[in-house]
Amino acid sequence: MSTMPLPSPAGGCGSGSCACKTQAELRTARGPFDDTDYGTPLRHSDVAVTLEIDGQPITVPAGTSVMRAAAEIGVNIPKLCATDSLEPFGSCRLCLVEIEGRRGYPASCTTPVEAGMKINTQTPRLQTLRRNVMELYISDHPLDCLTCPANGDCELQDMAGVTGLREVRYGFDGANHLKDQKDESNPYFTYDPSKCIVCNRCVRACEETQGTFALTISGRGFESRVAASESQSFMGSECVSCGACVAACPTATLQEKSVISLGQPEHSIVTTCAYCGVGCSLKAEMKGSQVIRMVPQKNGGANEGHACVKGRFAWGYATHKDRITKPMIRAKITDPWREVSWDEAIGYAASEFRRIQARHGRDSIGGITSSRCTNEETYLVQKLVRAAFGNNNVDTCARVCHSPTGYGLKTTIGESAGTQTFASVEKSDVIVVIGANPTDGHPVFASRLKRRLREGAKLIVVDPRVIDLVDGPHVKAIHHLQLRPGTNVAVINALAHVIVTEGLLDEAFVAERCETRAFEQWRDFVSLPENAPEATAEITGVPAADLRDAARIYARAHNGAIYYGLGVTEHSQGSTMVMGIANLAMATGNIGREGVGVNPLRGQNNVQGSCDMGSFPHELPGYRHIGDPIVRGQFEDAWSVTLQPEPGLRIPNMFDAAVHGTFLGLYCQGEDIVQSDPNTHHVSAALSAMECIVVQDIFLNETAKFAHVLLPGSSFLEKDGTFTNAERRISRVRKVMAPLAGYADWEVTVLLSRALGYEMNYTHPSQIMDEIARLTPTFHGVSYKKLDELGSIQWPCNEAAPDGTPTMHIDTFVRGKGKFVITKFIATPEKVTRKFPLLLTTGRILSQYNVGAQTRRTENVRWHDEDRLEIHPHDAEDRGIKMDDWVGIESRAGQTVLRAKITERMQPGVVYTTFHFPESGANVITTESSDWATNCPEYKVTAVQVSPVEQPSAWQQEYSRFNEEQLDLLKHRELATTAPGK
Amino acid sequence: MDDNNLIDMANRIGDFFESMPDHEEALTGIADHIRRFWEPRMRRAILATLDLPDGSTEVAMSGIVREALVRHRQALTPAAA
Repeated sequence: MSTMPLPSPAGGCGSGSCACKTQAELRTARGPFDDTDYGTPLRHSDVAVTLEIDGQPITVPAGTSVMRAAAEIGVNIPKLCATDSLEPFGSCRLCLVEIEGRRGYPASCTTPVEAGMKINTQTPRLQTLRRNVMELYISDHPLDCLTCPANGDCELQDMAGVTGLREVRYGFDGANHLKDQKDESNPYFTYDPSKCIVCNRCVRACEETQGTFALTISGRGFESRVAASESQSFMGSECVSCGACVAACPTATLQEKSVISLGQPEHSIVTTCAYCGVGCSLKAEMKGSQVIRMVPQKNGGANEGHACVKGRFAWGYATHKDRITKPMIRAKITDPWREVSWDEAIGYAASEFRRIQARHGRDSIGGITSSRCTNEETYLVQKLVRAAFGNNNVDTCARVCHSPTGYGLKTTIGESAGTQTFASVEKSDVIVVIGANPTDGHPVFASRLKRRLREGAKLIVVDPRVIDLVDGPHVKAIHHLQLRPGTNVAVINALAHVIVTEGLLDEAFVAERCETRAFEQWRDFVSLPENAPEATAEITGVPAADLRDAARIYARAHNGAIYYGLGVTEHSQGSTMVMGIANLAMATGNIGREGVGVNPLRGQNNVQGSCDMGSFPHELPGYRHIGDPIVRGQFEDAWSVTLQPEPGLRIPNMFDAAVHGTFLGLYCQGEDIVQSDPNTHHVSAALSAMECIVVQDIFLNETAKFAHVLLPGSSFLEKDGTFTNAERRISRVRKVMAPLAGYADWEVTVLLSRALGYEMNYTHPSQIMDEIARLTPTFHGVSYKKLDELGSIQWPCNEAAPDGTPTMHIDTFVRGKGKFVITKFIATPEKVTRKFPLLLTTGRILSQYNVGAQTRRTENVRWHDEDRLEIHPHDAEDRGIKMDDWVGIESRAGQTVLRAKITERMQPGVVYTTFHFPESGANVITTESSDWATNCPEYKVTAVQVSPVEQPSAWQQEYSRFNEEQLDLLKHRELATTAPGK
Repeated sequence: MDDNNLIDMANRIGDFFESMPDHEEALTGIADHIRRFWEPRMRRAILATLDLPDGSTEVAMSGIVREALVRHRQALTPAAA
C-alpha cells in the first residue's frame, strides 16, 4: 500500500478546496460574531481576482463564487439551496445572474469569479425567471405562513418577498405533498415533508458538516423527498441528532420542537458549550430569560458552525425540576435537610471548617475544583484553599482523567497542553487515534476528522474496541491495532522500535530540537529486541506486520498527527504512555507546525482550564510548582498571605487520609466524586468518615448524598466566565439568565472565603481574569475585552503572542530542547486470573455525558437509558449469556449487575461498559490501581468475572436503599420560612 | 495513610525510574518525584517505614526505592509543621 503523502498540504492551506500555495490565514476580516450567510464557503488563494458586480469593482481570492463575491459587497443574490457552510449545489435556480458577453443565466453559486467579469445580479429577465421559479416552489407548498413555526425565519418566505411573487397561476389543486405526514420521532426536532423544497441542504449538511450520511433524497422528480437511512423514522435511522440538518433547512421542514412550541427567539447571546472538551461556541437564542434554542456560532474557532446532540439540544437540564435552588444544611447525613439562608449555610460551612482545623490541624481539610466550572471559579476555589484554608489540599477532577497528560507533556515538551488547533487536522495526512472514540466523546472534532479522511488522509486506530471510526461506511482505518487493555506502552515502544531500526527517524529535527543524550538513551532502549513488534505481539495481541506497517505510515507521513483520549491516560502507565506518544512525535519531526502534533482530547469542557488555573495540589496557576519560592512569592504578594511550600493531597490521597482520620472536611464544587471516582466502596467509606462535606452543585448528586452542606450551583447559562478547551482556546461563557439560586458559583466561593476571614473583592469575573492574567505568564495578554474583540484566544497569550498561539513549539520546545524519556513497559497489576479472567474497560457514549447528571435529565435518555455490559459472543456463549440477560460483573473491588449487550465490537476476553447512570455502579468494580506518576485511576483495566444472575448486586440493593433514604430526606426537608434571598 | 499503599505507589515510581541507564539519575528521579508530588504526611509515613524491621509491612519496598529514600531522606523530610 502507498505511503506517499497526500498531494498539496505542503504548499497549500490544506483545505482541499482551494488553489493557494501559501499557508493562508483561514479567517477573513469579518468580525468574530458576524453571522452573514455569504452563500458559498470562503476560499483562500494567493491569486486575487478583480471583477465588477452591478458596476462595483470587487477583488476576491480565486475560486470564490460570483454569489460570495456579490455578498462581500453587500449584494445578496436570491438563493435557496446555497448556504456558506456547504459546497454549492446549483439546484434551486434562484441565484441566476447575467454575465456580460456570455449567453444564458448561470447560477452564481456554482460560477467561480474570473478576472474582468461584468456581472448583473438584477435585470427584468432575471426578475421574471426567479419569480417563475418561486411560483413553481409555492405551487406545492402550504400557504400557512402565519401559523408556521418558521414564520419570521424562513428563507422561502423571504425569497417569495424578494422575487415579488404575487400569484400562483397553477393553482393548488394539482399533485402536491401538502398532506405528507410529519415525522415527530426525534425528541428535539420535527420533519415536516409537506414543507420540503428538496434543496438538499439537509442531506449535504449530514454529509459535509456532520459526516454521518444518514440522509438522502429518495425518489425522483416529483416523488423526491428527504429520507433518513432506508426511509426509516429519524429516531430509527442512523441519524445522530447533531442538528446540522435543522440548522441548514431554509424552511420549517426540519424545525426545533422548542421553536414549534415557543415561537421565534427575540435576542441571542454567544456563549460556550458546557459539555465535552471540544468547547463549541454556541449562540443561545432567547426570549427574555428563556432559552428557545442553541445554535452553533458559525465563526466559533473550535466548531465553526457545528454542534452535537448534547450541546445543541441537551440544555433542558438547566431548568429541570430537580435543580436545588436553596442552600441546605444538616448535622448528620441521616438527618433531613434543612433549607436555610445563604448567610446561615455559608456561616455553618465556615465554622465547621475552622472547627475541624482547630481540632485536627490546618491540613485536615481541602477542596476539589471542577472541570465543569469556569476558569474564574476554579481559580477562586484553589485560591480559597491555599489562602483561606492555609494549605494546598486542592485537586480537580482532571486527576481522574488527564493528569498524566499534564505530567507527560510537561516532562517531554515542556507544556501541559495539546500542541494544535482542531482545524489543524485539515492539514494532516496520517492521523493516529489512540484510546479515544471521537465520534462519541468529541463529536464535533470527529466531524472535522472524518472530513479529512474523506479527502484521503489515512487513519490508524489504536484501541481495544472496534470504535465507529474503524470501519464506517464513509471512513475506514488503514490499520486497527486492536491491543489488549493495559498494553499501550508496549505498542508505542514497538512503533518506536520500527521507526528507529528501519531508519525512519527525522534525524535533522531530533539533532536540532532535542536533547542528544536523552535521545540516544531512548534510541538504544527502543532498539532492544524486547521492543520489536514480533516480541510485543504476544503481550499486546497486535500482529507484528500490522504494527510495522502502521509505524511506517506514520513516520513517512508528510504531516502525521496523534490524537488521544482517556484510553491513554487512565492506566497504571498513563503518564509513561503520554511520554511515549511525545517521543514518537519528536522522533518523526511531527511537532511544531500545522497538521501534526500531540493532541489530548479532553473529557470535560474545562479540563484544560481547571488544570491551567492551579487546581493541582503541587502547582500554582500556569503549572508552576508551589515549592518555587519566586513564583510563590508573587502569589503571596498578590494575595497578601503566606502560602505553604509543600504539595497538598491529591484526590485519592484525600480519600486515604479520610479513612485514616486525618482529613475531615471537603469543599467540593461541581464534581460528583462518588459516581465518577474508582472503587465506590472506598470513596463512600472515606466520605462517611468525614465531618463536614460541602457540596456545591446544581443537583443533589451522588456526592451530595454524603454532604452536610449543599450550596446550590449555577449552570453555565447563569454566569459569566471563561472555559478553555482542549486546544487551549479560552472562550467566553456569557450569562443568559439569572442564577436560579441567586448567586453564580464564583460569588458563592467569595462568600465562603469572606466567612473564613479571607477577604475576596470581586464584583465581576472579568476582575478575576485580570488577576489570573497578571499572575500567569501564559495569560498576560488575556482580558474579557480582548476575548470580545477576537472571539476566543489560544494561550499562551502575552507580549510575545498578543493574539494567542494556535500552534505551539514552532521553533523551539517550551522547555527548550525536547526531552526523550525511556518508557519501559510494565504490566499493570490488574492482571487476569482464574477468578477474574476478563478485562473490563470503560467509556462513554454520544448522547450521555460523564456521570450523566445533566444529560440524564434531558430527552437524550431516548438514545441511552441504561448502561450495558458489552461482551464478545464467545465470552457470552461460554457463560450462557444471551442478549439483554442480567449479568453480574465482579472484580476484587466489588460487584454490580448490568444487562448484557453481545457485540463483536469487543475482542474476546474484554468487556466494556459506560458509567452514565449511578445505579449501574460501574465504579463499584473499578479498583484503586492508578498511574504511577499522578494517581490517575486505571479505569480502563479491571480484571473481572462475568456471570448470569437473577437479581441486582448487594451493592445495588444497598445503593437503592440509601438513595431512597436520601431522596426522602430531601423531599421531607425543612422548608425555609422566608425566601433565602441574598 | 496506609503504609502498604504508599510503598506500592513508591515501588511503581521506582519501576519507572529504574529503567534509566544512569543509576544515580534514577535515584534522584525517584526522590525528586516523591518530593514534588507527595504531601508531607505521605512522605513522613513512607520514611517512617524505613525504620521498621524487615517484613513489617505486607508490601515490601523495592531495593531501588529504599536506596533512593535512604540516600535522599533529608531532602524528603518535610519541615516540621
